[in-house]
Amino acid sequence: MLTLDHVRKTFNPGTADAKLALDDLTLAVNDGDFISIIGANGAGKSTLFNAICGSFLPDTGTVTLDGADITMTPEHTRAKVIGRLFQDPMRGTAPDMSIEENLALAAGNGGWLSRVRARDKLEFRDRLAQLGMGLEERMKQPVGLLSGGQRQALTLLMATYHVPKVLLLDEHTAALDPGTAEKVLAMTRSIVEENHITCLMITHNMQSALDLGNRTLMMDHGRIIYDVTGEERSTLTIADLTDKFRQLSGKALDNDRMLLTSERHSEKGR
Amino acid sequence: MTLDKWLALGQTALELGLVNSLTVLALFVSYSMLNVCDLSTDGCFTLGAAVGAVVAMAGYPALSIPAAMLAGMLSGFVTAVLQTRMGVQSLLAGIVVNTGLYSVNMAITGNKAQLNMNKTDTVFTWAKELLQGTPLAAQYKLVVELAAVALVVVFICLFMSTKLGLAIRATGSNADMVRSSSINPVFTTTVGLCVSNAFTGLSGCLMAQQQKSFDINLGQGMVTVALASLLIGGVFFGRSRSVPLRAIGAVIGAFLFRVVYALALRLDMPAFMLKAVSAIIVVIAISGPYLKKQLPLMLRRFRSGKGAKAC
Repeated sequence: MLTLDHVRKTFNPGTADAKLALDDLTLAVNDGDFISIIGANGAGKSTLFNAICGSFLPDTGTVTLDGADITMTPEHTRAKVIGRLFQDPMRGTAPDMSIEENLALAAGNGGWLSRVRARDKLEFRDRLAQLGMGLEERMKQPVGLLSGGQRQALTLLMATYHVPKVLLLDEHTAALDPGTAEKVLAMTRSIVEENHITCLMITHNMQSALDLGNRTLMMDHGRIIYDVTGEERSTLTIADLTDKFRQLSGKALDNDRMLLTSERHSEKGR
Repeated sequence: MTLDKWLALGQTALELGLVNSLTVLALFVSYSMLNVCDLSTDGCFTLGAAVGAVVAMAGYPALSIPAAMLAGMLSGFVTAVLQTRMGVQSLLAGIVVNTGLYSVNMAITGNKAQLNMNKTDTVFTWAKELLQGTPLAAQYKLVVELAAVALVVVFICLFMSTKLGLAIRATGSNADMVRSSSINPVFTTTVGLCVSNAFTGLSGCLMAQQQKSFDINLGQGMVTVALASLLIGGVFFGRSRSVPLRAIGAVIGAFLFRVVYALALRLDMPAFMLKAVSAIIVVIAISGPYLKKQLPLMLRRFRSGKGAKAC
């Protein structure tokens, strides 16, 4: 179980640019939860992920994972049990290195001076084949030659190579074309379900926020303003969500992309 | 010019090229793999030379080589700590260490700007004695240097395919990805710079012992010369992704640089022009591809006759 207990973070404190990014945020994520997170730009969604990953030290509050306080644990140590995908497909892979070499680092088998063995290569091949993108035939090629969708799929494979306790998806399909986005999303879903990974996903697509997972969070001004699960969630529509947002935050949802996608979906519905 | 003279010219170029190629290989690790431009190279080269000279003159020729490499490693460690732990920008960290090393080097030589090793036993005099009477007797310098370069190339090839080597390469390519693979980029940067500077130290040590003298300015401009050689070498195997081929390319680059320089000297170019030539080569090699990309745009501006004045 992952918990954030009264986490607060102010960026540029004491200056005119001071921004309260996380406002006394408390969240308990149950094992096996698949949570979708929505909210306007600057609501603190990515900052929440940064707090979980350890990209910064919160001003106050603690982060606990499976009973252990990891607030002070450095980012790269947490990465052993927390996987993360970014919107930018370029961020998760080393472009100058081959697919095989990237996977070797993600696998991290053996000591510092160990090399990639034939056994590892077979395993990489197997795993790549499961993505269904033909990447297993291109293991020696540099990752820089792959398309955005292929790179994101590879990043997903790398982040889940050793099943993480928590997987954080930060709009990981937003930069992909619709067809590829769907494919990567389906891939994500099957990997997460197969391995029972606890997963948090930021999305601007309200429909997939409701379709995917078992719980939805709405964030505004560094706080969670709406946390819905179970039966109440299963009857929610996009219109309900935008209404809810207006009612809870006292303003209209001002995320352009979010509005665009919700419009697109309501048009489809008509 | 007679054949003998050409051969002598080739041999000198090869001797100097091989010694320099160790520094080029060091930059291959730091610049090409780790993507750090290590400006402490000049000072570190002199440091290796100073330590190598002092230890050899104290009567320990065998010890001089590991001592010079260890000194280089320490210097690399300081550069790495400055840029990873103390918030000094990467380029500045190198410059600062380079400046500091001048004093360190003078302290090592006991405040002497020059040391004479004419009567000192070194690995080169050992090789000379060992090879006496064999067909290789005249090439004793080449034998020692070839052995050193071969060992370093083999080491780099083996090292870069280990998990640590891959992590160092990934740090140069995408540090975010390294962190998410639960590897600390601070650690990989530190190891990379230590390894790289150990080679720079070795290079300086062999240079001083080969020419039987040490000079405090031995390493001046070395980073530019080595970078020029690395970029020349990149012309051959730069497109290749294979580490062994690129490492060999770096060695060839160092040799070619020396050949060009030796030829230029033959054409009565004064020796002091070496640094200018290397600076120009670096500029051409780095800005060439950029200018090539800009050329169509510049031509269009020029043809339309408007240029920058229009705005």
